[in-house]
Amino acid sequence: MIQEPIRIGDFVFTSRLLVGTGKYATFELMRDALAESGCQVVTVAVRRERMTDTTGRNILDFLDPDKYLLLPNTAGCFNAEEAIRTARLGRELLEGLGNKGAGWVKLEVLGDRKTLLPDPVGTLEALKILRAEGFTVLCYTSDDPVMALRLKEAGAASVMPAGSPIGSGQGVLNPWNIRIILEQLKADDSDFPVIVDAGVGTASDVTAAMELGADAVLLNTGIAGAKDPIAMAKAMRLAVEAGYLARRAGRIPRKLYATASSPLEGVIGAKQSG
Amino acid sequence: MVNGQWREVSPTSVLELLEAMSLEPRRVAVELNQRIVPRARYSATQLADNDCLEIVTLVGGG
Repeated sequence: MIQEPIRIGDFVFTSRLLVGTGKYATFELMRDALAESGCQVVTVAVRRERMTDTTGRNILDFLDPDKYLLLPNTAGCFNAEEAIRTARLGRELLEGLGNKGAGWVKLEVLGDRKTLLPDPVGTLEALKILRAEGFTVLCYTSDDPVMALRLKEAGAASVMPAGSPIGSGQGVLNPWNIRIILEQLKADDSDFPVIVDAGVGTASDVTAAMELGADAVLLNTGIAGAKDPIAMAKAMRLAVEAGYLARRAGRIPRKLYATASSPLEGVIGAKQSG
Repeated sequence: MVNGQWREVSPTSVLELLEAMSLEPRRVAVELNQRIVPRARYSATQLADNDCLEIVTLVGGG
């Protein structure tokens, strides 16, 4: 075990990669990619039952309940009320399945259909109500440090700033903001989990997020949309570990000029002094 | 109204409706007029004219 476990709410995980279950070409591909990613938490969405085709296969047949904790999301909700109703339905669904994830939710209240950027007002409003109803809430938010702090103060179990817009693959656009968020949210509580959620496109984006000091990364499209999702799942797993280790190892400071690695003395042809 | 569509339904309880739709009760959650119907109350919960139901399940998502 090279990574310390991470605690989120009452749960402890050894993997620091959380993976979404959307947008895979087939359920089989999703199952194999999730296995390769080594993740222990998978997000799922709550949607209306199809009214016509009930012969369609169910995602639950491809998610081993002993292996994965399900984290229901409120994706697609554009106001607090919808998000709260969706969270309650998600809890009801997971209770029915006997899944331990029944008490928690990834809260997502979106402000705009094109950018899918979060609505901070709706997010905070929904968080307060869900907390009062006993939910463990992981809050998707933008990389705004003030908002991140407000969410923590309002009782979020984890604050999950976006690296960049959902599914955009732009990576971590503002590492300075992520650093401020990490510093402020961990100031008096170093174990408070901050998870970079959304926007990462490839392994180096994930490593960069972990090197900044994020506790974990949550992603979906980066794996599901890759040409070879199974290979990318492995790359993402290794990227999390690489970034985690590099963060703890402590990187060298950046310097403007070179510093030789080999001794400068004793090079042949040099004239001896003295 | 079931999932946004008006339907004439003959079942009189939530459980009967789920059975008529070939849905496994364990894998759905049901909202009746914006309030969750607890699983244990599916058979006892009777449907009335103009009721609004949302029947949901889990799907892939991020």
